[in-house]
Amino acid sequence: MAQLLTVSASPHIHTKRTVAGCMRHVTIALLPAAACALYFFGIGALIVIATSIAACAATEYIINRWMLRRPSTLADGSAILTGLLLAFNLPSNLPVWAVIIGSVVAIGIGKMAFGGLGCNIWNPALVGRVFLLISFPVQMTSWPLPLVNRSEYFDAVTGATTLGILKLGEADSASIDILASATGAIGGSLGEVSAIALLIGFIYLLCMKVITWHIPVSILGTVALFTLCIGGNLAVELLSGGLMLGACFMATDYVTSPMSKKGMLIFGVMIGLITVIIRRWGAYPEGVSFAILLMNGFVPLIDRYIKPRKFGERRSKS
Amino acid sequence: MSHTFHKGGVHPPENKITASCHIIEVELPREVVVTFSQHIGAMAVCCRSKGEHVKRGDLIAKASGFVSANVHTPISGTVTRLDKWKTAFGYAADTVTIVADDEDHAGDMASIAGRETLRTAKEVASLSDKDIVEIIDNAGIVGLGGAAFPTKVKLSPPSGMNADMLLINGVECEPYLTNDHALMLAAPQKILDGIKLLMKAAGTDRAVIGIERNKDDAIKLFEKLTTGDPSISVAALDVKYPQGSEKQLIKAVTGREVPSGALPIAAGVIVHNVATAYAVYEAVYLGKPLIERIITVTGPSVKRPGNYNVPIGMNIADLVDIAGGVPADTGKIILGGPMMGRAVVSLDAPTIKGVSGILMLPYDKSHRDAVQPCIRCAACVDACPMGLEPYRLATLSRHKMWDEAEDDKIINCIECGCCSYSCPSSRPILDYIRLGKTTVGSIIRDRQSKK
Repeated sequence: MAQLLTVSASPHIHTKRTVAGCMRHVTIALLPAAACALYFFGIGALIVIATSIAACAATEYIINRWMLRRPSTLADGSAILTGLLLAFNLPSNLPVWAVIIGSVVAIGIGKMAFGGLGCNIWNPALVGRVFLLISFPVQMTSWPLPLVNRSEYFDAVTGATTLGILKLGEADSASIDILASATGAIGGSLGEVSAIALLIGFIYLLCMKVITWHIPVSILGTVALFTLCIGGNLAVELLSGGLMLGACFMATDYVTSPMSKKGMLIFGVMIGLITVIIRRWGAYPEGVSFAILLMNGFVPLIDRYIKPRKFGERRSKS
Repeated sequence: MSHTFHKGGVHPPENKITASCHIIEVELPREVVVTFSQHIGAMAVCCRSKGEHVKRGDLIAKASGFVSANVHTPISGTVTRLDKWKTAFGYAADTVTIVADDEDHAGDMASIAGRETLRTAKEVASLSDKDIVEIIDNAGIVGLGGAAFPTKVKLSPPSGMNADMLLINGVECEPYLTNDHALMLAAPQKILDGIKLLMKAAGTDRAVIGIERNKDDAIKLFEKLTTGDPSISVAALDVKYPQGSEKQLIKAVTGREVPSGALPIAAGVIVHNVATAYAVYEAVYLGKPLIERIITVTGPSVKRPGNYNVPIGMNIADLVDIAGGVPADTGKIILGGPMMGRAVVSLDAPTIKGVSGILMLPYDKSHRDAVQPCIRCAACVDACPMGLEPYRLATLSRHKMWDEAEDDKIINCIECGCCSYSCPSSRPILDYIRLGKTTVGSIIRDRQSKK
């Protein structure tokens, strides 16, 4: 026997799953919504998405190579995904400089400051979005109307979002076009408008076993129940704003969500509650981003105290 | 009845290359090296001296203590050496070398050809449960599923604990391995006879044979043979690793959960492997101690992969040569399956009772991927069949936080490898947990001995 043998501890085989593969699946799942964004908002959506992805990737590369002096981590695909998700949370007429600031904050402060992939407490894309929302409220809340602005970037005709209209009391919820909300022909952040496209992506992620149903279903279920209890319009609350995007793609971010199924349910229910509370009684028309970020902060606590039932332990300790 | 266990588990590619291979009898070697510690428990004590002549099946080393097992020789011959031999894993072990001359060899071949039964069915029926346990004890039978736990210990439960069911493990959930499958197809009636003996020894009147659905022919065969016998039934189980683990198998077949930290007997069940049942049959009916076992020699590029009936003590390299030698592309050789087996440092070592397979993996499948940061995807939490949090246990072990690791039941880990297998970041989760489990285990033992 001439060859040298490798000796290592078991197991000796390994799943085909990789980090890059997971990120690729999520990116693919976002493509239907990206296509809708391009269809409804045209050139503006393209500029914002491209800028955001490029700026996020560049920020991560620069921080890795010139500040931390370590190999680039772009190959894991997480920076590109963060860029795409950040763009989805921005209006399609946001100036390029603002997109770049958002990207630098998302990757630089939201992710790399904590130590890079896997170490951050808050969802990087939402950190970037909320930073922009608080810093540049005017630019961040002028929503280009769908379809009419396809070739416009700087001079887009803007209007309010569904939730914005409701917040100001300019219309009652019965007059909202539900079909437009479902397909995405409404004003809003460029990736959040089409509930149907987002649901297709969600089903893809479920089928590829990238995520489980626990977080999205508990968020949407809580919002639905709570809305019914306070007498809101169910379809409008579920289909408008960032709820679908937040529930299916932002709250399910592995790094910033709980590890146990029970923990995921608690996490989802709390996000649902906070979202409705902000929408109904808060100063902002939309609250999904804040709800997710708030609950991200609770994840270490949830993981500390909510554990899976161990094999051989009784269900109740009485 | 549920068809598998529900908590955790993974589905690695089965790769049962040798699934349809009949058992190949390996010709008796002229030299064997019999190891004294082939089982869990105290090492057996040698009872032979240099120059002594022994016959096939003679006792070579005697069990020392309750948890221990006798060791016998598979060939007749002369004891030429009593010394240390390096095992396949590189540790020194006390051994006896037995060399057969032409006369010994011819005698053994003749005795195998004219294999006589020791006891008739009637004589077997008159044996008491104690007699059967004694025969099993004398024959040095250990669990042949891989752990090599002395069988008689399982049949002698602590007082006040009784089994109401005997569970026969024909799951073989490890990828690549087919030794139990081949045995079930080759000797189903003998296995059933062995099961009846085990039932009598355990004092139960009910036995269930658990077989995964990827062995449909074996399921059908046993269903056919057990029709009309209400005491033995077959449980067809959905394929899932680690179903062959005792606690998971009990859960899958009976729905009972062995309490944390307790033995299966606490759930009223005793589990034995099909190959163990076969060995019991041979010991009781033929008077043959445990001197042979089926070993699957396999791998993607092995020339003659198969299920070989091997005299225990035969050199591993000689067995591999029979299967076509070590393929040129081999990068790692594993004793056992790819999920729980151990990688060898050398093939120039004797086979022992616990070896169920020899798996030769090509070079490109012999190395781990580069470790990436944990992305908290919870794949390990979902995969853990014991309901533990592997990511957390690994981190606690890495930071030597033993108290927290103990609180999180690191001791419950069965080392099945589902966590490391499922990790997309290729993190060495189980390596750290093993370190923690060993350390916490010794801390607990120290504490108990101080009391």
